[in-house]
Amino acid sequence: MAKRMKAKQDQKIIKLAILAVGGQGGGVLTNWITDVAERNGYLAQATSVAGVAQRTGATIYYVEMCPDTGRRPVFSLAPAQGDIDILIAAELMEAGRAVMRGFVTPDRTTLIASAHRIAAVSEKIEPGDGRADSPTVHRNAREAASRYVCFDMEKVAVEAGSVISSSLFGALAGSGALPFPRESYEKTIEASGRGVKASLAAFGKAFDLTVSGERVEEARPDAIPALKQIAVDGPQRLVARWNALAARAEAYPAPMRAMALAGLRKVVDYQDLAYGKEYLDRLDEALALDSAEKSYALGEAAAKHVANAMCYDDILRVADLKTRTTRAERIRKEMKVGKANVLQVTEFFHPRVEEFCGTLPAGLGRFIENRPGLARWVDRRINRGRRIRTDSLFGFGALWLIGTLRPWRRSLLRHQVEKAHLERWYGLALNTTKRDYALGVEILNCRRLIKGYSDTHVRAHSKFDRVLSGLPLLEGRDDAADWLRRLREAALKDEKGEMLDGALKTVETLEAA
Amino acid sequence: MAERSFVKEVQKLRLGAGETFHGEGILAITKALLQCGVGYVGGYQGAPISHLMDVLADAQDILGELGVHFEASASEATATAMLAASVHYPIRGACTFKSAVGLNVASDALANLASGGVTGGALIIVGEDYGEGSSIMQERSHPFAMKSQVWLLDPRPNLPSIVKAVEDGFELSEVSNTPVMLMVRIRSCHVTGSFETKDNKRPEMTVADALENPRRDTNRIVLPPASFLHEKEKVEKRMPAAVDFIRSRRINEFFGPDRGKAGIILQGGMYNSVIRALQRIGLADLYGETDVPLYVLNAVYPLIDNEVIEFCEDKDSVLIVEEGQPNYLEQAIASMMHKKGVDTRILGKDILPMAGEYTGQVMLDGISAYLRANAPELLAAQVLAPNAPGENTLAADLAKVVPGRPPGFCTGCPERPIFAATKLIEQEMGPHHISSDIGCHLFSIMPPFELGATTMGYGLGPASASAFNSPDAKRRSISFVGDGGFWHNGLTSSIGNAVFNENDGVIVVVDNFYSAATGGQDILSSRANNPTKSTKHPITDAVKGMGVKWIRHIDRTYDVTKVRAALREALTTEEKGPKVIVASSECMLNRQRREKPMTAKAISGGKRVVKPRFGVDEDVCTGDHACMRLSGCPSLSVKKLDDPLRDDPVASIDHTCVGCGNCGEVADAAVLCPSFYRADVVHNPGWWDRFSNRVRGKVTGFLQTRREKRRLTFADA
Repeated sequence: MAKRMKAKQDQKIIKLAILAVGGQGGGVLTNWITDVAERNGYLAQATSVAGVAQRTGATIYYVEMCPDTGRRPVFSLAPAQGDIDILIAAELMEAGRAVMRGFVTPDRTTLIASAHRIAAVSEKIEPGDGRADSPTVHRNAREAASRYVCFDMEKVAVEAGSVISSSLFGALAGSGALPFPRESYEKTIEASGRGVKASLAAFGKAFDLTVSGERVEEARPDAIPALKQIAVDGPQRLVARWNALAARAEAYPAPMRAMALAGLRKVVDYQDLAYGKEYLDRLDEALALDSAEKSYALGEAAAKHVANAMCYDDILRVADLKTRTTRAERIRKEMKVGKANVLQVTEFFHPRVEEFCGTLPAGLGRFIENRPGLARWVDRRINRGRRIRTDSLFGFGALWLIGTLRPWRRSLLRHQVEKAHLERWYGLALNTTKRDYALGVEILNCRRLIKGYSDTHVRAHSKFDRVLSGLPLLEGRDDAADWLRRLREAALKDEKGEMLDGALKTVETLEAA
Repeated sequence: MAERSFVKEVQKLRLGAGETFHGEGILAITKALLQCGVGYVGGYQGAPISHLMDVLADAQDILGELGVHFEASASEATATAMLAASVHYPIRGACTFKSAVGLNVASDALANLASGGVTGGALIIVGEDYGEGSSIMQERSHPFAMKSQVWLLDPRPNLPSIVKAVEDGFELSEVSNTPVMLMVRIRSCHVTGSFETKDNKRPEMTVADALENPRRDTNRIVLPPASFLHEKEKVEKRMPAAVDFIRSRRINEFFGPDRGKAGIILQGGMYNSVIRALQRIGLADLYGETDVPLYVLNAVYPLIDNEVIEFCEDKDSVLIVEEGQPNYLEQAIASMMHKKGVDTRILGKDILPMAGEYTGQVMLDGISAYLRANAPELLAAQVLAPNAPGENTLAADLAKVVPGRPPGFCTGCPERPIFAATKLIEQEMGPHHISSDIGCHLFSIMPPFELGATTMGYGLGPASASAFNSPDAKRRSISFVGDGGFWHNGLTSSIGNAVFNENDGVIVVVDNFYSAATGGQDILSSRANNPTKSTKHPITDAVKGMGVKWIRHIDRTYDVTKVRAALREALTTEEKGPKVIVASSECMLNRQRREKPMTAKAISGGKRVVKPRFGVDEDVCTGDHACMRLSGCPSLSVKKLDDPLRDDPVASIDHTCVGCGNCGEVADAAVLCPSFYRADVVHNPGWWDRFSNRVRGKVTGFLQTRREKRRLTFADA
């Protein structure tokens, strides 16, 4: 028995598992790893579980290897907890999954993980921000692993024109976790015969990053936005007026300054300088109720949400944004459109009578809306999907013409509706602030609930109203602000607002208690 | 055209005597079949043996040279029925499919085949889809062997053992006149390794020879009185012959010391995991030299009583390692001990878990616990009293963060818009009872769609809605069936049944031109030119032929508005009888594989090519994610903007987008938002493209500059 124990230590099997998302090319990487092992006089065995797991689900590939002594070793076909030397995670959450499943242990596991994210469906479908918390994964992974190599290997690969298997392979080579020289890895890539140059480039970059030990993890998402320098261009007269407004915003106390400047830029860009002045006047109202010991939380919230409320999404805005020079440039860059190529852009619009009336002078719009028969008649003529080619003269011209309505925006029905809503909400927030500062801030923050177009917009409004319907029950409580925040967070969890209904029920029982 | 091509690998099938084969398990099985002089092979695809079917399909030249007939069977029942060719003729035949589902489908044919027995060796290779990554109900294949009295091999999971099992299997089948099942687990199908090859053998009798010289023997046909004789023959002649063969040929293996207080009896397929556990507790070395006696059952049915008893007799206790439940081996072995009056304790599912995969950890825990209790002297102090392993404390923290990642529709999948339309119709008309079926379309039950209440078996989607047919209800049922399931048996069990029973429900046939979930094999309605198969048989014709009156064919599933309109009409029409919607668009995975190289070639060849891709205007997107709740496409994701004013991430489409059109169609049908755009990049534009582009650019540029000159424009400095 003692002999056996000794034999076990002398001849070690290296166990390597790859956790990937289906479609990432884990199979290619697995083949490369067995190839490089065999090149170095090792015996290697690879297994995988194919099948439906490949369709975008989490998948595992597993490799075992040991020096070839002429005898056939008994390899296992599946990874086991606490028994993995090298774990490669082709995506950050898969690294987290590996740790969760016990495949990463501090006594032996080198964890090589790409820091990039492929959001799971559950992260994407939340109406708010459902993204998983990456720093928690980094923290746990570092604690669980004997060594943690983590940077954005997807980016390294894409920049080299390759795919992530190349950069993962580079990181594996660079980590030195396998006793093989760099050249043998490169020979493996060369022998694979496809996209060799790009693969080698990605491999080399990842190798170097791993060796240099540079940790390129993502920045904290909740970092305070830095005050950005805004470059402005336009007629002298307008620039001078802008500078005056910007100076006004810059004079705000530090916590709200950056937000106010960003907001000012947004509303001026949306409408005009007068609109910017209107914005700052509104902020002044909040500032009057604010103070340094409250860290100007009210002012900051107002700066953010009043800007968003003033820049409601109407057809004019969409038409304006879609006909700008910068937009065409951005698309060409994003789609990697070369000089020799021609770009055609199709937009998807689906106007309804509501949007049509909103774009009419307020009186006329109301006239139609108040006559259901007429509104239906108009809707039948308008309500259908329209594909507009913004690279064509007709399509571009149509949007450009809608854009020319901008100076009259204030007289349109939609503006009146939005303005009334804004004033109601802002007034409520400021009035409440006088009694309960924190609650006032939270009422401002509820503006986050309003987003989307058409039905989605209607649904968002209804959620906003439902959240604020909790106010009468909450007012006067010490924890009113907390509860309102909870209601808002619940409202952002699902589409229909089922979580919100539950939270509102709880609020009702609070009152009873 | 299948998802994975083995055209290159199949050349390994030509290897001759004394050469070494390197490759995957399934390819090794194919090579073994050829070395055994197999006369015909067939099967039905499905993980983990899909690739075996693909290998065979890609190897048709080689099969043809040897006079081997190959068939892609319509179902597992067809595949098993095909083995009838070995009943009267001394031809070796093999078929393959996934199990346990395949055996469920095949069991009628299997029972009949087993009753009459075979003359030529008949091998059924079942790919066991059990444990991690499995897509089916968790059941065992073992009882099928017991109830039909066919023999079940479960070889050790390495290439030489699997190849040997194929060879042994044919011989065993012939000496016992019984079909033999060879079970390969999911990982052994894909395990890589090597073995020494032999020359391929031409079948001694080909199917052509048999056709020219027909034979019959009433005694081999399942009809009384022959069937009663078959039952007797099974126990009196065939089983003893099998037992004799298995013992004399040493199919089962013994490892480790001859004697000992404790020992382990295991299924062959469990061997590597058992050795790994022993390696980890210091009782086995790298090469499988073990201090614990092992009796490895490469044949799990029938058991060889003498061998079992001999192994157990001198031991105080024996652990049975048998994955899945019920514990047939344990029961049988315990009963043997009882009958022979041997007082060895038989342990199994009391130490190892009753249900679930025997993973590395389960095996380590189970075998350590067994040895600690029954042979502590073998163990080192550290294993005897291990430091408490402790909970994986990090897991709890991470469990709150790490999202689940179930499989879903691929980028550009044509089935996505069908379910987007269904979700929209439910928003409009309220929820319905929805029956799902097997296939990629079953991903509809997952978020974001969450549609579908049951799945009862391949091609049985509409059949499983058949009870929901009542004149008292105002609502109709909706059921789905894929083209794969449709041809597998859905045409009769689902469509024919609905016509005959005047079912009023709505049936959606999801037609993506392939048996897509199993790897893109061609089927009757495939639109590809297949050199050896007859394709292009429209599903609509078949449905019409079955007597369906209300049929709508949608030839571009991405038209969400149209699919929704068809569903709306089907759910409201006065027409009686089943309403069948055939929704057709090619599986995107296969389409990309077909088109991508062609497109690349056309572009480099200077041809005009338009490549579509979708994008999102991030300033227009409000971050509500309504589009994603109707999509779940991997290329449509969330992105945090570098804008302090925006709390929620916005939609973003990455470079993997294939421009299928779903985003635009959904935005239109669901009236979402105008932030999506389709960018068509024209490669190698013609003179008209260039000319009109120049003119447009001049005009739009003029308009843009004119506006931008009069207003403030901002940029980040």
